[in-house]
Parts: sequence; structure tokens; C-alpha cells
Amino acid sequence: MAKKLTVSASPHVRSNETTTGIMLDVIIALVPALVMSVVYFGLRALLLTAVTVCSAVLAEYVSRKVMKRSGTLGDLSAVVTGIILAFNLPSTLPFWMAAIGSVVAIVVVKQMFGGIGQNFVNPAMTARIILMVSFPTAMAQWVAPFTNSWDAVTTATPMATLASVQGGDVSAVASELPSLAEMLLGRHGGSMGEVCSIALICGGIYLILRKVISPVIPLTFIGTVAVCMLVAGGGNLEFVAYQLLGGGLMLGAFFMATDYATSPINTKGKIVFGIGCGLITSVIRIFGALPEGVSFSIILMNILVPHIENMTRPKPFGAVKEKKEKKEAKA
Amino acid sequence: MAEKKGLIKEFSKGIIAENPVLRLVLGTCPTLATTTSVESAVGMGLAASAVLVCSNVAISALRKVIPDKVRIPAYIVIIASFVTIVQMLVKAFMPALDEQLGVYLPLIVVNCIILGRAEAFASKNPVLASALDGLGMGVGFTVALFLMSSVREILGAGTFYGISVPFLAENPMLIFILPPGGFFVFGVLMAAVNRLAEKKGKPRAELRGCEACPMAHSCALNKKEESKEEVSKK
Repeated sequence: MAKKLTVSASPHVRSNETTTGIMLDVIIALVPALVMSVVYFGLRALLLTAVTVCSAVLAEYVSRKVMKRSGTLGDLSAVVTGIILAFNLPSTLPFWMAAIGSVVAIVVVKQMFGGIGQNFVNPAMTARIILMVSFPTAMAQWVAPFTNSWDAVTTATPMATLASVQGGDVSAVASELPSLAEMLLGRHGGSMGEVCSIALICGGIYLILRKVISPVIPLTFIGTVAVCMLVAGGGNLEFVAYQLLGGGLMLGAFFMATDYATSPINTKGKIVFGIGCGLITSVIRIFGALPEGVSFSIILMNILVPHIENMTRPKPFGAVKEKKEKKEAKA
Repeated sequence: MAEKKGLIKEFSKGIIAENPVLRLVLGTCPTLATTTSVESAVGMGLAASAVLVCSNVAISALRKVIPDKVRIPAYIVIIASFVTIVQMLVKAFMPALDEQLGVYLPLIVVNCIILGRAEAFASKNPVLASALDGLGMGVGFTVALFLMSSVREILGAGTFYGISVPFLAENPMLIFILPPGGFFVFGVLMAAVNRLAEKKGKPRAELRGCEACPMAHSCALNKKEESKEEVSKK
């Protein structure tokens, strides 16, 4: 009898999900966009991804060793960080700059704060911003797809073109912009992984179906940008479509804003987080000096997450609101 | 002999164990602002050290004359006069440095290292000890600024004291010249010095109560019982 009764502390119900499994799902979701980036930008895109992944894994291994902590290579999170970082870089970036980005992401942002789950901002996003601020020219060498990337022609991203548009009148710059279908498929200048929106959306839907991410943040994020752009563009739907498909919005909304460690836990918090990201992105795109604001918006909202969690703390079942006098007495 | 050892300690404590910038976290504003180049950082360190030593000596000599209630204005007057002298000297003999430091040179008046040492040390100790304390703190400040500015200038501008460094000069990491890079180098240096000080048997500068504070021995709060407010703050 005693053998049949297992007495143990909670939790009693466990799921079979593991960190490795979740990260594997993310990698699978990233594969279509990776394939498309190689199609568009050639072998160099693949090489650059290999460099970021290898340096991220190496940085993780070395920093865990130096800090005398258990090895965490098995959870594949460093691989995911490496791939996402590569997606945020132009395919022409020198390899050593990409490696610096990986080291920043893994060592400075993640391991210095305690490793996986302890980082307070998204590692790949922070690495991108640090590279962007450090090497502004190298980080803006966008090449057009299907050009030989060893002597490629640099091109303006649709975001830079759109930034010059007054009041959402897209037809004024139509000759400089790719068609909407090309935007969806990714035939335009930009970071390696962010150009092909359709591949990113497919990856995002896969993650939502596998219940790896909740759809709340991507939907509120993209939705807020859509509403803001509708207002800014004076109701021009074409302008809204360009804004949604251009830049890093799809990559950021599906893969970076949804990072577990740096996004709120509750649905209410996630809504606040998504709307905040969307608002900051739109404000930077419309009023800012930079053509693109997804990375800064995600970082800024990452930093606000503890406060969002505090504001949206769920009410325990049956709890009664504390009376005001009581609170004052306590303070 | 024991007294001599004490005096040496008054000097040496400012370099690592009680380094004003990296352990006491005083004077952060000039630290971050002037460390974009080695030249301006060293200039700032030396100017502040000169003021620190002179004001420590003067305040220590006058410590029995200055009434307790108006001590802060009195200290500020003394410090401001020395800053004015230093500023005039720099303007006369090193106009280039004066231009580089700009507003941060007159702002030495409100540098918290100088007022902090006046309040915490010079107002309670004899002249010689105060002079050594000021000198040690000045050296600590200058060394900290030198280290920080070396890292920031080499990585951020690709030069060291104006001499260009191969490879880095073509590809400087601009972020090290900008404020975020400054904070990053500041934090890393602070961690390194904390570790060094810890090895020497000093407790870490963490929030572990007043005893762990590097300024514990000269702090007025430490002598009283910790008030409840202090505890709740922590």
C-alpha cells in the first residue's frame, strides 16, 4: 500500500514541455525566414548566420565556465539568440562585427544578469541596437535581393523611403517602392531575416498553434501600429500595408516581443505591452529621426515590464478591495 | 610607528578600498562626462585632486573655528576659492584643456568627492592626515578616470591620448564614447574594484547595513543606532 501512494510536494501535474523543446520549436519557426534570406541575399547570409550562432554558443559556453555555473548549451537558447540576431543584421556586415553582437547579447545582456530567464531586455535586440549605435555605416549597408552580395549595390529600405512620405501619400514615391506583393515576399532591401514577411508570419502562426507564444502580443503590437498608421496616413490603406510589411515589425512582433523573460505574464499585461510597443514604434516611424523604431520600442517596453506586471496584478479569487483608510495607515 | 602606519593608510585607502568613484560612488557626473578622452580625464582628475588637497588642508586647519551650523556654506566658500584659483591657472597655462573640460572645471565646486571628504574627514581630523586623505582620494579619482577614459577612448575613438591605434581607428565602436558605453565601462570597473577590495578583506559595497559601507568609520549615522527609517529604506 505504501508503495502505491506517492507523497510529494506540489506541483503534481507537469507538462512534458522543456526549454529545449520550446527553443526547438522557435528554431523550426525561424527556418522559412532563414531559407528566404539565403535565397535573397546569397550564401553570405547563411555564413553570417553561422557566425552569429557559433559565436553565441561559444560565448555562452565560455561565460558559463568562467562564472563557474552549470553548462546551458543544451537548452538551445544561444542558438535561437544567434539566429534572431543574424536576422537583424544587413547581409553585408563584417563577420567580426556580427561576432561582437553575439558576445554582447549572450555575455552582457544574458549571462551577466544570471543566464536564461534572467535577462531584463531581449538579448538579440540589445545587440542590434549596440551594433547600430557603434557602427552606424556598416549597419546601414542594405543590399537589394538577388544581387551578388560580394560586390552588392546598396539600396534604401522601404522604411527610409516611407519616412519621406507626407501624409500617407504613397503614390508620390511609388516608383521607389517595391509592390505590395514584393513587400510580402521580401523582395526589398532590409535586414536579412526581416524582409520576407510571409515567412515570418508562417513561423509566427506555427508558434501560436504549438502554443509556444500567445497571440496577444503580436496582435496588439501589429494592430496598434496599423491604427496609428491609419490615422497618420489619413486613411490610406496602402500606406498602412507598407508600414506593416516593412521594417522589422513582423520579426519583432512574433519573435522578439514575445520573449518569455522580457514580456508580461498576464493577458492584461500582454495587451498593455503590445499596445506600448506599437505606439512607440509608430511614434518613432512618424516623428523620429530614424526610419525604423521596432527595436527601440521593444527594448523600452522590456524595461517597463516589471511595472506593467505590478499594475496588472491579478485579483486572487474572493479577494476584497483593501479600504483606502487602511492603506493610508499602512503607509 | 603605529601613527605612521595610520597615516600611510589614510593615503592608500583612497586608491582601492575607498576609491571615491568606484567604491563610494561619488563624483559620478564629472566621471561620466570627462572620460571620453584620456587627456580631458587626466586633466579633470588632476584639477580636482589639487582642489581636494588644498580644501582638505584649509578645512582641517579651520575645523575648530567654523561653527557647526554654518559649516556647509563655509566649506563651499573655501572650495570655491580654490576652484577659482585652479580654473585661472588652467586658463592661463593650458587653454586647450580648459576648452575641453568646459563647464566641468568650475563645476568642481559642487563635486561631491570634495565636499564629501570635507564633511566626512577633514572636519574631524588633523591637518596632515587630512592632506594625505585628500591626496589619496585625488589619486584614486585620477586613476579611476584614467582607466575609464583609456577604455572608452581606445574602443570608442580608436585613439589613446590622441595617438591612433591600428585597426581600431578605422572601426571605432562609437557607443563607448556615448553615455551608455560610459555607464557600461563604469559598471564593469566598479565590479572589478569591488572584487579587488573584497579580496583584501573589505566587505562588498552591497546593501548589508552600515557596517559594510566603505565610509562606515567616518559616517555619523553609524555611531547612532540605525533609525527605523533607515532600515525600512533598505
